Amino acid sequence: MLSLKQRRSLNTLLLGVLAWGVALAIFFPIFWMLLTSFKTEIDAFATPPQLFFSPTLENYTLVNERSDYLHFAWNSVVVSFGSTIIGMMLAVPAAYSMAFFETKRTKGTLLWMLSTKMLPPVGVLVPIYLIFKDTGLLDTKTGLVIIYTLINLPIMIWMAYTYFKEIPKEVLEAARMDGSSLFQEIWRVLLPMSKGGLAATVLLSLILSWNEAFWSLNLTASEAAPLTALIASYSSPEGLFWAKLSAVSTLACAPILIFGWISQKQLVRGLSFGAVK
Amino acid sequence: MKSTALNAGPASAAAEPMQDSRQGGNRKTSRINRFMVSPSVIVLALWMVVPLSMTIYFSLIRYNLLYPGDNEFVGLENFQFFVTDFGFMAGMSNTLLLVGSVLLITVVLGVLISLLVNQAFWGRGIVRILLISPFFIMPTVNALIWKNLLLHPVSGVFAAIWKFFGATPIDWFSEFPLFSIIMIVSWQWLPFAILLLMTALQSLDQEQQEAARLDGAGPCALFFHLTLPHLARPIAVVVMIETIFLLSIFAEIFTTTGGGPGYETTNLAYLIYSQALLQFDVGLASAGGLIAVVLANIAAFFLVRLIGKSLTEKQ
Repeated sequence: MLSLKQRRSLNTLLLGVLAWGVALAIFFPIFWMLLTSFKTEIDAFATPPQLFFSPTLENYTLVNERSDYLHFAWNSVVVSFGSTIIGMMLAVPAAYSMAFFETKRTKGTLLWMLSTKMLPPVGVLVPIYLIFKDTGLLDTKTGLVIIYTLINLPIMIWMAYTYFKEIPKEVLEAARMDGSSLFQEIWRVLLPMSKGGLAATVLLSLILSWNEAFWSLNLTASEAAPLTALIASYSSPEGLFWAKLSAVSTLACAPILIFGWISQKQLVRGLSFGAVK
Repeated sequence: MKSTALNAGPASAAAEPMQDSRQGGNRKTSRINRFMVSPSVIVLALWMVVPLSMTIYFSLIRYNLLYPGDNEFVGLENFQFFVTDFGFMAGMSNTLLLVGSVLLITVVLGVLISLLVNQAFWGRGIVRILLISPFFIMPTVNALIWKNLLLHPVSGVFAAIWKFFGATPIDWFSEFPLFSIIMIVSWQWLPFAILLLMTALQSLDQEQQEAARLDGAGPCALFFHLTLPHLARPIAVVVMIETIFLLSIFAEIFTTTGGGPGYETTNLAYLIYSQALLQFDVGLASAGGLIAVVLANIAAFFLVRLIGKSLTEKQ
């Protein structure tokens, strides 16, 4: 017979093993993608699937030749960073004034901003497409930056707002008493104090823009197409390019995956609009 | 700041003395507010009002890009066509099935997994990172990896597992197309549920749990009377936010099945897309778009109330 203490530690051990099993199962598709990216096309299509094989880097070198990877990656970078920078320039002042100069309209404004996020993209796809066609924004990075800024702005304002809310008003008032201007107050006091939260806001906006696939698929063709669109182009069965597909996918997902790992704890608040801490 | 001071009209000038006598900073406060919030409010208002009113207008006229110039007013004809079209019923039921199943799967598994991970064991940090990873994978990658590397009937991993157990491999996307979509979308959204619920569990009152345990409460009673009520709000948040995103699932369908076979995996979002950009019928697609907006608003109504409540509770 096991003692109570032994039984407990056995329990913990079993639960730990179970948790690891579940985690590995959920992570498996990503692991398999990474693995396949180092296979030759023949190994990638082998039955049964090969766990052991002689790895090759040729997919990564070929990726750029076949599809001009860097062109699409550059589009993704420009569009995500562009919309994030503009979004932050709009969101930080808005969140600042709502967090520290609350009026009776503030709560309503915040909820209204959130409700714009509920507008399903298909509801406005047609007019946006036509507007973009008429103004020459179709298949341009500028067009995507505008769209991404608008769809992410409510989340950024909410996230910045919940972080600003935690800073005691007195700190800012003290700075004001000392004669600092509004700009100094924000730049020298507010931003340094909410560094972590704002970094998480930036990361969330980057992640959402990088992975956005509705607008990028519908509004871009080749010139401004980001990585999401490049990868969708692999869905046409023009041949078996699974190893190359895996290599492109790995390259496209790796930066965001790492960003996500770093910021996962802070992201919760932004993803739940502040409702879960 | 100077520009707003100049812009202040006679109306606000008249109101100033009153506000000033009440509270010194109030006048400045409202100006700062207007000055700093307005850019965001204006762009969001434009983003909402302009395209939406265009959609409403298009939905009431005949407008096909293939037949330009024939844009007469047709009343509710587009809505009638859209709703009576065979694709509409399929699109509606597929949308509901997709949203409902993914919600059920992610919430149930999310609660179980977050409880499992909420104990102390070796390598918990790494497990956490592994569990939330799928959320950061872009939808088009998710769809193609599942379709080609995992669910492929000849060389996929699932086929190999089926063969290992002596079963005939399943051609997932042609035999169970909607189920396949549900599976890959659930994989993508499960981490979201786990992440939120895991965070919520950390604020569970440990002393209360311990006290209940000493009073002889079994694990089941603990779960249903203490843990689950504590998770009620985070679960509601997960359900509402996932609903918003799941109602407009698009890329996963676009890259795997293209809505087929037939209409079997066509949801409302994909149906509208195909009417607008594949058949060029702007009027019909706009009518469909408005129906999608109404549906989303019903869901949003509850979410906004919920979030609004939690906002007041915090203060």
